[in-house]
Amino acid sequence: MIKQIAKNIWEISKEGKMNVPGIVFASEALMNDIKKDKTLEQINNVAMLPGIVKKSIAMPDAHQGYGFPVGGVAAFDLKTGIISPGGIGYDINCGVRLLVSNLDKKEFLKKRKEVIHQIKRDVPSGVGRGGEFKLDDKEINQVLESGVSWAVSKGFGNKRDIENCEDSGCIPGADAKKVSQKARGRGRNQLGTLGAGNHFLEVQEVEKIFDEEIANVFGLKKEGQIVVLIHSGSRGLGHQTASDYIKAMENAYGFSHLPDRELASAPIESQLAKDYLGAMRAAANFAFVNRHLMMCKVRGAFKSYFPKSKLDLVYDIAHNIAKFEEFEVDGFKRELCVHRKGATRSFGIGRKELPKIYQKTGQPIFIPGSMGTYSYVLVGTNESANISFSSTAHGAGRVLSRTYAKKHISIEKVKKQLKEHDVYIEANSEKGMVEEAPEAYKDVNEVVRVSHELGIGNLVVRLKPLAVIKG
Amino acid sequence: MINYKFLEHTADIKFRAYGKTLNAVFENCALAFSDTLSRGKKIKSEKKKTISLEGKDNESLLYNFLEELIYLLDAEYFVVSKAKVKIKDNKLNGVIYGDRVDNYKDLDHIKAATYAEMYIKKRKDGKWEAQVVLDV
Repeated sequence: MIKQIAKNIWEISKEGKMNVPGIVFASEALMNDIKKDKTLEQINNVAMLPGIVKKSIAMPDAHQGYGFPVGGVAAFDLKTGIISPGGIGYDINCGVRLLVSNLDKKEFLKKRKEVIHQIKRDVPSGVGRGGEFKLDDKEINQVLESGVSWAVSKGFGNKRDIENCEDSGCIPGADAKKVSQKARGRGRNQLGTLGAGNHFLEVQEVEKIFDEEIANVFGLKKEGQIVVLIHSGSRGLGHQTASDYIKAMENAYGFSHLPDRELASAPIESQLAKDYLGAMRAAANFAFVNRHLMMCKVRGAFKSYFPKSKLDLVYDIAHNIAKFEEFEVDGFKRELCVHRKGATRSFGIGRKELPKIYQKTGQPIFIPGSMGTYSYVLVGTNESANISFSSTAHGAGRVLSRTYAKKHISIEKVKKQLKEHDVYIEANSEKGMVEEAPEAYKDVNEVVRVSHELGIGNLVVRLKPLAVIKG
Repeated sequence: MINYKFLEHTADIKFRAYGKTLNAVFENCALAFSDTLSRGKKIKSEKKKTISLEGKDNESLLYNFLEELIYLLDAEYFVVSKAKVKIKDNKLNGVIYGDRVDNYKDLDHIKAATYAEMYIKKRKDGKWEAQVVLDV
């Protein structure tokens, strides 16, 4: 039974094997989209997992995934709870980073095609194109255990890039030994590559500033300012790591008791959970480095056309990850294992995990829209700790299947729409462009409005795309 | 009987494959996989690779089989066109046919096989059916 219990909040009552109720954060319009697929059923399945604390949550952009819904958040008790790779996703540390520039729109538009073309050449994308970083086992280990500081030590980027990355670009506790040879084989040639599917690189302008003071701290100074958004993850290395541990957990703990075989999990205190955490953190570090190296390429491409250009990292966020974080539950402080699958952390003022400058404002949150539509910068809040274990949405969230999109949307229409909005695109595949057409996604404006109204991530800036590179 | 068909899934690729035998249903899963990667184009059978896999039940064997096809794509730049397999006692031996990735421009990527909604069953009419969701 699902009922609306407050504005933008819906509750699925605890029934059957559910340990906690389900909570969906959505407006009525978004709820209509969410009800169309198996999202609600998957929220219930997550609620059945042992040691889940308080509620099984779905964000405003939620849609059906595998195991957990995409947009699913669940916190687990460290003694009685589990960790589930399906609650993090195959693309471990899929995430987004935002760069701010000292260029304005007028300047950028003069060389738009040239710069985008250069980036397209420098940042490999699509299937079967490896990067220039071919690493041996020893170097892969350094990437996995040192994260972004490895790249900086090799001359890519600077110290500020480390400070302004979630977890300073390296999650402690990463254990390279726990990443299989198969995962290394898949990731070996993929460092510094965008990938395909919904991964992209966009050049955007600051189109509207909602909160000037916070925007200023984030380096978003004025309308028309050029920024760059990069969305990618841990590539084959992360995907294989998830597969490896789903299988290992299924072997060790079985699946007959689970509502969905994809929810294979291990008790957090078990050795297998520790192994997975070591591997997951290593894969997450690989993803940080992946986005970092692409950022360096983007800087280089801009430099060749705008010699005085400067692109500073605002922040880099993971939206497929599990973290150990402290929350107050029923008046007591507890450390919990928070799974965020297609959800962004939204820490507010004072959280020690944040870089110093963002401890004063709350963390930057980036919500990419679908191709050619607005993206948003939000700021994390202290209220979100009680409402959503400090989490908010991660994007627009799909509403149409790729199959449906390909059947019913024409490439001409997509191209026309992009042209009307003055968005220049370079894509590897026209079919891929259709699959990612804006109609295939929920309305990102509605998603961020719900986040803002609930106070789980507040509006700071709206960004409008000027150029897109699709993998 | 059709070999496979795609079904609606909000974010990922879902298909059902059919076959007169368990071997055939696996081979048709490989065709659906190839169709997903190639976005409907035909992949040539220029090269072949021998594979040998184990599972603990039909589903885990299929999961491992699809995972192998993804591994070949990512690590060896090999895109599958079709497969010929023999399955006995949860062991699979077979040959994967396909081509080099860089001979094709418009390929899609597949991140992972999943157990979500996966099943393999022998139907009442004696034919086999499998359902798969791929994370793309």
